[in-house]
Amino acid sequence: MNNRYLYCFNGIVKREVLRFFQQRSRLLSALVRPLLWLVVFAAGFRAALGVSIMEPYGTYITYQQYITPGLCCMIILFNGMQSSLSMVYDREMGSMKVLLMSPLPRPFLLCCKLIASALLSLLQVVIFLLFAQLVDVDIPLMGYASSIPAIFLIAFFLGALGLMLSNLIKQLENFAGVMNFVIFPMFFLSSALYPLWKMQEASLWLYWLCQYNPFTSCVELLRFALYGQMNLAALTTVIVATSIASFFALMSFKPLHGRK
Amino acid sequence: MSIVTNGLTFYYGKKAAVNGLDLNITSGFNVLLGPNGAGKSTLFSMLTGLYQAASGHIKINGYDYKHDKSNIMQSMGVVFQQSTLDLDLSVKQNLTYYAALHGISSSQALDNISDILAQLQLTQRLDDKVRSLNGGHRRRVEIARALIHQPKVLLLDEATVGLDIDSRKMITEYVGSLSQKLGICVLWATHLIDEISADDQLIIIDEGKIQAQGISGELCNKHNVADVYQLYRSLTANAELT
Repeated sequence: MNNRYLYCFNGIVKREVLRFFQQRSRLLSALVRPLLWLVVFAAGFRAALGVSIMEPYGTYITYQQYITPGLCCMIILFNGMQSSLSMVYDREMGSMKVLLMSPLPRPFLLCCKLIASALLSLLQVVIFLLFAQLVDVDIPLMGYASSIPAIFLIAFFLGALGLMLSNLIKQLENFAGVMNFVIFPMFFLSSALYPLWKMQEASLWLYWLCQYNPFTSCVELLRFALYGQMNLAALTTVIVATSIASFFALMSFKPLHGRK
Repeated sequence: MSIVTNGLTFYYGKKAAVNGLDLNITSGFNVLLGPNGAGKSTLFSMLTGLYQAASGHIKINGYDYKHDKSNIMQSMGVVFQQSTLDLDLSVKQNLTYYAALHGISSSQALDNISDILAQLQLTQRLDDKVRSLNGGHRRRVEIARALIHQPKVLLLDEATVGLDIDSRKMITEYVGSLSQKLGICVLWATHLIDEISADDQLIIIDEGKIQAQGISGELCNKHNVADVYQLYRSLTANAELT
C-alpha cells in the first residue's frame, strides 16, 4: 500500500480509537446492555423458552448459550449505529469537512472509517465473550479465532448501514428515530433471542420477516463461526447486504449539488 | 498560485446564492468582502469541493476540479467559518490527524510546521486538549493545521469572527506575512472592514456576484470615495458591516 494511504488509514483508526476510549461510558454501556440481557433476561426466560437440539450445537444448550451470538450482534449493531451518530455529530460540528478535504479518494476514507468502527466492535465483542464465560457460556477456544472474520464482516455491514443512515438523518435529534425504526425492529425480528421455528409457530408473516432480515443472517453467521463452522447461506446474505449497504453509503457522500 | 472561476452558479432551492461568478486571483493577500448572505461561504464550499456548482468552472493552480481534485486538495489549506477541531483531542492529535488525512506522517507534519507553531505560540500547548483553549488559540491551531501540508492556496472564511481585538490583529498580520514570505495565494473572506488595508487586493461580493475587484486604495480612488466603507456602500444595496 502507498505510504500516503497507510498514514491516512492509521490516522483515522487512531482517532476513532482515541475517541472511543475517551468516552468511557460508551464502552461501559456497550457491555452492560448485553450483559443485562445475558444475566437477567436469560435467567428469567430460560424456563419459558426451551431450546431443542439444533445446528450448530450438537446437544441441548442453555438459553444463555443460545442468545450469546445474538447479543454479540447487538453489540455490533449498537456500535455501528453509534458510529453513524458520531458521523451526524461530525457533520453538525463541521469536522466532517476536515475528512472530506483529504486529497485521498472518498471511498477510501469512508472504508477507513468503517474498518475503524469494525475494529472497535471486535474489541467490544471479545470483552463481552470473556464476561459471558462467567455465566457458563461455553465457547471453544478455536471459536474465538474462527469468529473474528465473521464479526469483522458483520461490523462492516452494520457500519455501512449506519453510514448510509447518517446521511439520511439531517439533525442529531432525529437519531432517536433510528432506535425505533432500525435498531429495535432489526434486533427483535431476527433469530437473536428465539429460534425462527418458534416464530413460525406463532406467526407465519413474522417468520418471513425474520427470515429475510439480514440481521438474522448476521446472527446465524456468527452462531456457526463461534463453533468453528461455516453457514454458507448466511455468509452469502451478509456479503450481498454489505455490498449493497456500502454502495449506497458511498453514493450518499457526494457533494451537495447546487441545482435549482 | 491562482484561483480562477468562470460563470460559477449555485442555487439553494430557487435562490441563487452564487450567480455567474467570475473570479481571478493570484498569489498574495486577497480579501473577499461581503455582507452576510453575499455568497462567500457558498463560494468557499465550492472551492473546497464540498458543494458542486450548478454551472461554471473552477481552476485552482491550473487544476480542474473534474479531473484533478486530488491535486487541488493537496495544494489547498482551509480555515472554515465554524471551528472544525475535535474538542476532545489534544492540539497535537488534531494536527497529526489532519496530516494523516493528507498522507503525511505525524513526525513529518510537526517538522513541517515547527516554526509556525512557535510563531503562533502553540508549542507549549501541543498536549493540551482543544477544549481547554480559548477562541483565539483555537483559531491559531486551525491556521497551523491548514498549513501542515504546505499548501499553495490558503482559504480563510471569516477566520477572525468572534475573536478579541488582539487575537484578530495577530492572526490578520500573521496570515498577511505568510502570503508574502511563502508566496502563496491567500483568499481571506470577511465582513469586518477594519481588516482591509489600502494595498490589499480587494474583491467585493454581493448577491452572489463580484461587484468590484482591484487594489483597495486604487478602487477607492477609481470610485471617488474616501475609504473602503464608502466604496462598499456605493457598490452594494444592503451592507451589514462592522
